[in-house]
This record gives sequence, C-alpha cells and structure tokens, in this order.
Amino acid sequence: MLNTLVVYVENKPGVLTRVASLFRRRAYNIESLTVGHTEKAGVSRMTIVVDTDEFGARRLEAHLYKLVNVLLVENISPSPNVARDLALIKVAATADNRSNVLQLAHVFRARVVDVAPESVIVEITGTEDKIDGLLEVLRPYGVLEMVRTGRVAMSRGTKAAAAAVSASTEVFTDPYSMPDDVSYSV
Amino acid sequence: METMVTKTGAEIVWECLQREGVKHVFGYPGGAILPTYDALTKYDIHHVLVRHEQGATHMADGFARASGEVGVAIATSGPGATNMVTGIATAMLDSSPIVCITGQVGSKLIGSDAFQETDITGVTLPITKHNYLVTHPQEIARTIREAFYIAKSGRPGPVLIDITKDAQQSSCKFDWDGAAPQLSAYRPDHSPAPTDFDKALALINSAKRPVILAGHGIILSGTTDLVRRFAEKAHIPIAMTLLGIGAIPASHPLNLGMMGMHGEAWVNTAIQEADLLLAFGMRFDDRVTGNLKTYAPNAKKIHIEIDPAEINKNVRVDVALVGDLGEVLEELLPRTNENDRSEWNSYIRDLKGDSAVRDIQNLPDSGHLYAAHVINDLWRETHGRALVVTDVGQHQMWEAQYYHHDEPRSLITSGGLGTMGFALPAAIGAKFARPDAEVWVVVGDGGFQMTLCELATIVQEKIDVKIAIINNGYLGMVRQWQEFFYDKRYAATPLVNPDFAKLADAYGIRSFSVAGRGDVVSSVQAARQHPGPALIDFHVEQEDSVYPMVPAGADLHAMIRRPSPLFETGSDE
Repeated sequence: MLNTLVVYVENKPGVLTRVASLFRRRAYNIESLTVGHTEKAGVSRMTIVVDTDEFGARRLEAHLYKLVNVLLVENISPSPNVARDLALIKVAATADNRSNVLQLAHVFRARVVDVAPESVIVEITGTEDKIDGLLEVLRPYGVLEMVRTGRVAMSRGTKAAAAAVSASTEVFTDPYSMPDDVSYSV
Repeated sequence: METMVTKTGAEIVWECLQREGVKHVFGYPGGAILPTYDALTKYDIHHVLVRHEQGATHMADGFARASGEVGVAIATSGPGATNMVTGIATAMLDSSPIVCITGQVGSKLIGSDAFQETDITGVTLPITKHNYLVTHPQEIARTIREAFYIAKSGRPGPVLIDITKDAQQSSCKFDWDGAAPQLSAYRPDHSPAPTDFDKALALINSAKRPVILAGHGIILSGTTDLVRRFAEKAHIPIAMTLLGIGAIPASHPLNLGMMGMHGEAWVNTAIQEADLLLAFGMRFDDRVTGNLKTYAPNAKKIHIEIDPAEINKNVRVDVALVGDLGEVLEELLPRTNENDRSEWNSYIRDLKGDSAVRDIQNLPDSGHLYAAHVINDLWRETHGRALVVTDVGQHQMWEAQYYHHDEPRSLITSGGLGTMGFALPAAIGAKFARPDAEVWVVVGDGGFQMTLCELATIVQEKIDVKIAIINNGYLGMVRQWQEFFYDKRYAATPLVNPDFAKLADAYGIRSFSVAGRGDVVSSVQAARQHPGPALIDFHVEQEDSVYPMVPAGADLHAMIRRPSPLFETGSDE
C-alpha cells in the first residue's frame, strides 16, 4: 500500500541524505521522493511515497522524528489530498501524425512545449494514473524520452501543516486525524 | 560587560569541552587534528593516549556508562576516524552518550580525495544519533554545545563532530552560550496522555501474573529506586535484560534475574506465562524475545519508553507510555494498588527450585575448572562490589549469570552490538570515571586479542584495573553454536594463543596463570592486593556451554537446559 509522507525539514546540507539513508537503513523502498522550498525561509518540504502498511508508515514517522533536522512528518494518505506528478514526454511525431498526437495531448489537458520535425515534447501535470494514461495512448507513436518528477502532495482544505512549522513552536499534531474542513476538487 | 576574546578554533574546542565539564578525553593524534592537539597544551584537560582509535571510543563509552556523563573521544581524519566506527556503533546500539571529535582535511581539499580524507559524517550517518561537519571556527562552540545536549538528552547516543583543519587553525571571537541549545526540530521530551495512564493502571491493578521487564533505560534514567518501590508496592517480580542488570539488586527478593537467550529458565517461563508485561526502558530485542509469534502470548503489554520509535517496533503493545521513565513512574506509583500477588510469586519460586539442581555450581567436583566457578569466586572475593566490564561471548553470559550485581552501573557490557574487544578499553574509561571503584575486566581469550594493545595504555596511565581472561582456547560462543547447530564442525574457532601471562609481563603488568579450581581464590586475592594492574589467565574447561539457551528465533520457553547432574554422574565415560 502506497503511503504519502509529507516531511518538513530544516534546509541544511546533508538533510536529504539523512532522510534517504534512514529509509535505506530501515529497509523501506522509496517509490518517489521530491524536495523543494516552502513558503518559510529555511524550511524544505519533501513528499515521499513509500510502499508499506499502516504500521510501517507509523514506524517510519517515528524514525523520521528521531532525525535532528526533521520538523514535521505527516502521512497524508488516510486523509483527502491532492497529489500531482509532472512529466515531460518526447514523442516521435511526423507531419503525418502530429495532429493526432496534439489532439491526444489536448484531451489530457497536456501542453505541447516543443515541436521539432520528427518529435514533440508534451508537458503534463496530474495524478500518476493520468500521466500513465497519456503515456499509454502516446506509446504507439513512439515515446523517445520521458522524465517525471515524482509525486508532490498536499492535504485538502485550509488545514496547513506548514503553518505549524516554525523555528521555535511545538508542532506535534496528530498525523492520523482527519481534517475537519471540507474542500472540493477543482 | 564581558569583552569577547579572539581564539583559534582549536582553542575553542577545549574551551567548550572544559565548560561541558570534561576532564578526560581519549584519543590519538594525527595531521588533521594536530592544531587541536597543539592547543591542548594550554588546557587542563587530561588526554589519554590510546593505542588504537577504536579503544578511544570504547573508553569514552565505558566512561559514560560508569559515570552517566558524556564520554569524549578524539581522532584524526581518514583512518583515525574510520577506526572509531565500531565504537560509535556500539554506543549507538546501547544508547551510550559519547561525543567523538575528528579532524578533517582542510575545507578547500574536501572532495578531492586528499591525503587521509574520508567522508566520516557520511560513514557514520546510520550509527550516530547526529553528526556535524564544521568548516568555520565560529560554528565550533554552538556545535559542541548541541552535540553534548543531543548526546545526553532523550534517548542518549553518540554524536560525531568533524572539524576541518582550517577551522581549527583560524580564529574568531569566542562566544559560549550556556543556555540549552535551541534546536527547533529536536524534541527529546515526551509525556503520555492522561488516558494512557488510566489504561495502564487498569491493566496493572487487575493483573494476576505480571512481570516487569527491566532494561538499560532504568539505569540511564537513574530510576532504580522508583522501580524498586513500584515493584515492592505491587509485588511484581522483575526480569532483567543483559543491560538492565543492576537496575534492581540481585539480592532483592523480587529480582528474578536475566531473561532471554541465556536467561534463567524460570525467568523465561514466568514471562511466557505472564498476563501482563511491564517493559521499562527496554526495546524487545530479538535476543530477549525469541520467536515473536509465541512471545508471552497471553500477556497484555505496557511499554514505558523515551523513544517513540521503539513502540510497536518488535512487539505490539497494548499501552505505550512514551516519556521519561522517572516521570511516568511518579505518576503510576501512587495510583498503583498494593497487592501481595503471593500465588504468582510462590509459583515462580517453585520454578527456581527445579533450575537449582541443574546449576553448574551444584555439579560434583570433576576436577575441571569451569568458567562459572571463576566468575562465582570472583563475585565472592570482591563481595559483589566490583565494577565489572565484560567482553562478548560465553564469559559475558556466565558473568551475567554468576556475578550478582547489586548496584546500577556495576556491569558494563556491549549488549546491542555485541562488540568483541570492548571490555579492556571500556574498563579503562570506567576507571577514569570512577577511580575509587575496583574495576575488573572479564574477557575471553578471543576478544582480549582484539584490543589487547590497550594494555600499554593501562601501563602508561598507571591505572589499576584487574583482568580476568576466561581462556578456553576457542571462540567459545561460536564454538557452542557449532556444537549445537553445525554438528560440531569447529570451523575457525580453535585459537592458538600467546602465553597471556608472559604477555602481561612484557607490558610490566603483574600476571598469574591458573588452571586448577583451588587456585582461583588465591590468584584473585593476590591480584586484588597488588597495587596496580594485574592479569589472571584462567584456563577453563574448553568445551563447556552456556545454559540455558534459547536458539535464535526459537520460542522463549523452548530452552536447551544443562543436563541434570544425576544424568551426568550416571553416564561416566
């Protein structure tokens, strides 16, 4: 079962290694890991997808908290969340079939970001399923190259984990509680 | 107003260590740490020159375990730092607070495979509680303060600080802040919810057959008195992990003894038949649980533990009280009902009776010298008051079984990592921590040879530790496994040893060689009377085994027992 962990860490050298190394040491396989800055200076946010059961995910959370640079860990899988992946797909496309490729891209609300005589690059954002779907229909044309970012994810609604992350405040929240506010997919 | 003075990074290292209360450091110099060694000449901190950096880490560890303070080891970059790895891992698995300081090549050389460069923070990432690479002198003071705080607080552990040579050499204003470091992401303190206390108390007060599992956490948190009062009030018997030995006096009527792979049969039976296990500062290591599927099947489990990551790691528990053991027990004690539990306690006493007849001490004298005799005589001669540091293997288990410890921090041993070579250097550290204690090293002939170079350190430092080698000519515990599980194929376990007594003589250490049971007491007495270090080489029965034994992964109650004496005398070869 895939679990999506959102991990806030101090933006310091070596922290990514510490986090990734913990997964390796504890024998968990990382399905995807993305890191980037947050709206707060000095705080980075990781989205880590890991294949484990509920107990495994809880143990991982506890182990992550033992790292001195980890500010907050939230397993957002049990609660409603928005998850996105971004992919760039380079597809073989000649003058003959280019319009078909562009049409498929349009159906998936993907953008064509590069056109060459023999190929196009399509940019798509969405769930892994959606990207897999586009990939499937483009495959017959010849996928020349593909890159995906891995999952980034966020809980729905106004509840913001990041609001709890600051340099000095206590930030323990119950990571298993369901958000009490409501939001809609847009 | 205090004016800030300018100091070199190297000077700042010692200034900070002094302010942390450090009086002894254990180390070995080298190029990348040389500026720090050069600055040491200006400071009143005693440096113990080891013969191998692994020894420095074990000494720091032994110092920490004997004193409860942070032990400090120091080494140069590259091979100096990598030699520390075993000692750091040992401290990590036994939650021992040590700070290791290593020199690093100049910051401009980092990444160039410079002479004696290793990425030691990378190497020690999985075996330290935290580590640092420091490249500027102005980071040193804050880093050392944080390192000591992290090493000591919460669940203790090793912290490594790698300091580049240029950071040691260059200068900055020295500013030391005595306040607790502000680490926004590090939260060592936890306290359980009131509802969890209620749940735990309901289980405790209604239990008919409870057992306390006493771990190292009791000693680390200094809660031995509280545990004893709690156990006495509720009349709950106490089983100890190897590192929990000393948590409650061996002579205490509620003390059952050691549990687990080489725990006494009655202890493991009591655990298997319990209806409630109260795990105090222990982590359900596989060496104490055996097969998890059949472990204490009818018992509810309460886990009191400072480290949240230990909860449900190995054994699923019914109630977890995550917090400081002392604070949790203060809360539980007044609300725990007095209860004599006489039926349960007398049942366990009956179990003990059955085991007594199998005790090697009660076997008829065969003329052979058994390690258990040596340990038991050592216990009697030292009146049970020695600080014993053991190595790893059969002698370690015999020590745990036959030396009856009444005080916390009186047995120092490598539990989690099982580090051979630990005892000799750890004992040196322990002696520096408690110079008035009578310190005995109990060590096998195999492990002794892994770090015997530290005999020179003992002599150079003129410290008084006594060494008892339990010499059976084998890597004894491995041989025992080969005997039990590999059809007696003794692959690579017979040892050709030097004459340890002559070796001690070469170092200028008083030595004895003992092969008969009648000479054990006199040699121990002579060693004790000798003012200075002494070594006794005990030639014991070669193919004796540690009983009982739970084979790795077997059910805890499925113990291999020592054959009964009736059977042994009836089957003369």
